[in-house]
Amino acid sequence: MSTLAVHDHGVVHHEESHEHHHKATFLNTYVFSQDHKYIAKQFLVTGIIMAFIAMSLSILFRIQLAYPEKSFPFLTTLLGHFAPNGRISADFYMSLVTIHGTIMVFFVLTAGLSGTFANLLIPLQIGARDMASPFVNMLSYWFFLMASIVMLSSFFVQSGPASGGWTIYPPLSALPKSMPGSGMGMTLWLVSMVMFIASQLMGGINYISTVLNMRTKGMDLWKMPLTVWALFLTAVLGVLSFPVLVAGVVLLIFDRSAGTSFYLSDIVLNGSVQPYEGGSPILFQHLFWFLGHPEVYIVIMPAMGLSSEVLSVNSRKPIFGYHAMVYSLIGISVLSFIVWGHHMFVTGMNPFLGGVFMITTLIIAVPSAVKTFNWLATLWRGNIRFTPAMLFAIGMVSFFISGGLTGIFLGNAALDINLHDTYFVVAHFHLVMGSAAIFGMLAGVYHWFPKMFRRMMDERLGYLHFWLTFIGAYLVFFPMHFMGLEGVPRRYYAFTEFESMKHWLTVNVFITWSAIMAGIAQLAFAYNFIHSIFWGKKTVQNPWNSNTLEWTAPIEHHHGNWIGEIPTVYRWPYDYSKPGHDEDFIPQHIPFSQTMSSNLPHDFEDNPGGLAEHTKWTDAQKANEAVK
Amino acid sequence: MGFKHLINSKKTLSLFAAFVLFGTNLMAQTPAQGDAATVDKGAMWTGIAYYVLLFLVAAVCVAIVGKILRVYDLTQKMQGKKGINWNGVMGICCAIFIVAGIYGAYWSLTVQGAMKLPESASAHGGSIDDMFTTTTILTLIVFVITQICLFGFAFVYRGSDKRKAHFLPHNNTIEKVWTIIPAIVLTILVVFGFFTWQRVENSSQQKGDINIDVTGHQFAWEIRYPGADGELGSLNFRLTTAANKLGVDFKDRHSFDDLSADTLVVPVDKSIRLNIHAQDVIHSVYMPHFRLQQNAVPGLPTFFKFVPTITTAKMRMITGNANFEYLLYCNKICGSGHWNMQKVVRVVSQAEYQDWITKQKPYLSDQLRKELHVADSKPANQVSASNRLAVNN
Repeated sequence: MSTLAVHDHGVVHHEESHEHHHKATFLNTYVFSQDHKYIAKQFLVTGIIMAFIAMSLSILFRIQLAYPEKSFPFLTTLLGHFAPNGRISADFYMSLVTIHGTIMVFFVLTAGLSGTFANLLIPLQIGARDMASPFVNMLSYWFFLMASIVMLSSFFVQSGPASGGWTIYPPLSALPKSMPGSGMGMTLWLVSMVMFIASQLMGGINYISTVLNMRTKGMDLWKMPLTVWALFLTAVLGVLSFPVLVAGVVLLIFDRSAGTSFYLSDIVLNGSVQPYEGGSPILFQHLFWFLGHPEVYIVIMPAMGLSSEVLSVNSRKPIFGYHAMVYSLIGISVLSFIVWGHHMFVTGMNPFLGGVFMITTLIIAVPSAVKTFNWLATLWRGNIRFTPAMLFAIGMVSFFISGGLTGIFLGNAALDINLHDTYFVVAHFHLVMGSAAIFGMLAGVYHWFPKMFRRMMDERLGYLHFWLTFIGAYLVFFPMHFMGLEGVPRRYYAFTEFESMKHWLTVNVFITWSAIMAGIAQLAFAYNFIHSIFWGKKTVQNPWNSNTLEWTAPIEHHHGNWIGEIPTVYRWPYDYSKPGHDEDFIPQHIPFSQTMSSNLPHDFEDNPGGLAEHTKWTDAQKANEAVK
Repeated sequence: MGFKHLINSKKTLSLFAAFVLFGTNLMAQTPAQGDAATVDKGAMWTGIAYYVLLFLVAAVCVAIVGKILRVYDLTQKMQGKKGINWNGVMGICCAIFIVAGIYGAYWSLTVQGAMKLPESASAHGGSIDDMFTTTTILTLIVFVITQICLFGFAFVYRGSDKRKAHFLPHNNTIEKVWTIIPAIVLTILVVFGFFTWQRVENSSQQKGDINIDVTGHQFAWEIRYPGADGELGSLNFRLTTAANKLGVDFKDRHSFDDLSADTLVVPVDKSIRLNIHAQDVIHSVYMPHFRLQQNAVPGLPTFFKFVPTITTAKMRMITGNANFEYLLYCNKICGSGHWNMQKVVRVVSQAEYQDWITKQKPYLSDQLRKELHVADSKPANQVSASNRLAVNN
């Protein structure tokens, strides 16, 4: 497989034809670029902008939750009739929650995360000159951008953006009269999502075929860095599950516009009997969560991959249990397809089915636990270098533990009865999927920034950014667990009408201010990011003394990545601090023949010739010792 | 970089100024209603300017501290000494964080954790609470150990040039151990949970169950009790009218004595079977004090059976709150009124229940009688249903 790819990109020939056919214009270099490195940057910048927008939305609804009875005239100025008399309206509150969730889950943590790092790292780390299909790759970005624009355009619709929650359960989302957001806003949501899924599929197919077909000489699957493994399996999940959401969305469009009854039955809306019959709202939930659950792993697995790499590089230690890490990723990927029902324990699904989904759900905790322990073992007796990327990777592990453990409560159907749709769930997924994934992404941004922009980010601002965000996120989400344990439901506009919820108001004020602090901390990141792109310190070839192939590519970007031949790979990517070697890292492209002093018999498991050489060399060394 | 000259401070500043001037009605499609116009805009902008200034001051402080650190770093280096050892500083930060964090978690658990729900007021809730306690203890142990390891290792093994990391690619024994132990613990939890779940969710009709109809619509709950015959009349959504809000089918003779109520009153220690319906969108019957939740789905009746064990009066003593009421909330996003869709649930003694139920109004109100009677006088072929109703009477 891999040798084929190398021939395809015949080295000298490629360079010549490259010079001939492509004329670098402004348009094909900076706008419609087909270079995977540039597309990665486009995904990253769009993702960051979307993240800032979604974060601002969350601050807006946090203000409402903290000060439900206070008037803020500037909100009216900013939002117009969505916030009459300085207070966000109940309908717009729902829109804020919905669009915050949608943007964060899909546009930031799916496209922004996978899109950026799969594009950047897959070709560079497996030694390919570009994606399998650079053109489709470019389309993937432009569909994503269109989807983003359509999604945001719903804020300029009179009736407001979609507001049925990011899960858009029908009938609420299917009946335009059931709430203002289910009108035009919902239509735009659905259109945006179809474009988004098209983008994901184009990207995903590209990532899969690139990983399978275009690895450089010597790069067999078990020599791939964990980032590539994670991004590859993520793409597989996406390609298998996103089409199901399209099916669900198309049926919903029919129900909304063509008068069908796929999801609707026995409906009396505002006293008027509707003609729908025979459909089932539960069907949509099955279709939605068949994507929706793999989706949360689509979000977290790239973060796991990036963190594994960053933890290993900066602990100057091989990742502990590389094979176990890969197998647990595969285990999570497979299991993620049979756990979707745990979102539906109390929806009226057959209770027996609930029991089955509970079993599969708690099984998926095992590979997750293995990954956590392996990360801890990677840190143990390391020589930890605290780059901002490293701190974010450590933060990712911390969030993954905190949020993962509460998953054991929610995955247990009996406990879910009382916790379902409460703030406990909000706390759980914001820690395990939201914060952990965004920290994985930030770790990736800090770590691979030099590769993307040829300059370094400021470390001290990175430290400030990390600690404020890390502490802020815990302060925001930790108290929410206890609100959930008191039975406070999520997506409530205000707690003022419930005597029992009023004592949470002070906690809400605290959470809001923590969120504002964490939000302001992101400005440190934005400043650092933009400033470093233009004025940061110039990077060196391999700033982190890392083993993977991307650091052998020249600092200056070339469409084709390497000038001349693509390096051949001889070893796994985690030979850090190998005893007997003078440096604490041995890059993947260094052959064993150059590192005789540090080779281990283990390195030649499927290479008898190499083992014979190794034995000969060690014997000779022993003989020398004996002579001395 | 071609972009570089596009971004300079003057342009950014003028863009910002333009935004402030013209962007004030960013999302306003129609002028806001109400007295927004009377708000003093000047005061509003001073307020915002105040916070912006505050932020700028903070940013300047950060920049100054950054510069001081840089200068200190450089002078140290010029003198041939080492600069600030950020590895050391961050390692110590990790240590401080874990100590403060564990204390914070402890504080949160004891102070905010104490605000959680009182003991379960239903029979099945006890087993859920037991399982909750077990799971909490197990996960807290894992939480504390792993977080201490994570930040402890980060502190202890903070980098130095003198050391080299320990080369440890894998260790099959320990990997097996930490695969098998979580697997065993989770198996126990699964088995425990599976049987509890099966028991709790068994809502089949038994003799002696009191069936109560709970119907959600935007944005209220309707409650219907069976009459003397102990059975609820069947429903047909097509029959819904202003007087027959739930679409009760009066072809069914069980319908005639049904009662409608404003409060969900249930007798203590009796098995209650909620028949849960929704008319328009999905709602969710959530009664956290009873550890009870079940979605109300249009077109799909659902059930939840429970035995209340603590009366409202007794719970008032337990919580020390003389105004305490059990509540039923909606817990599935259902529209703009979702956040205030509550119903009082009152658990009373058997005698009080009997007394209360006799005072409830029949579902077949005078208006509804009139409606059905009016229908009766129409040509027979159109409303055969109401004809048969008349015969039954």
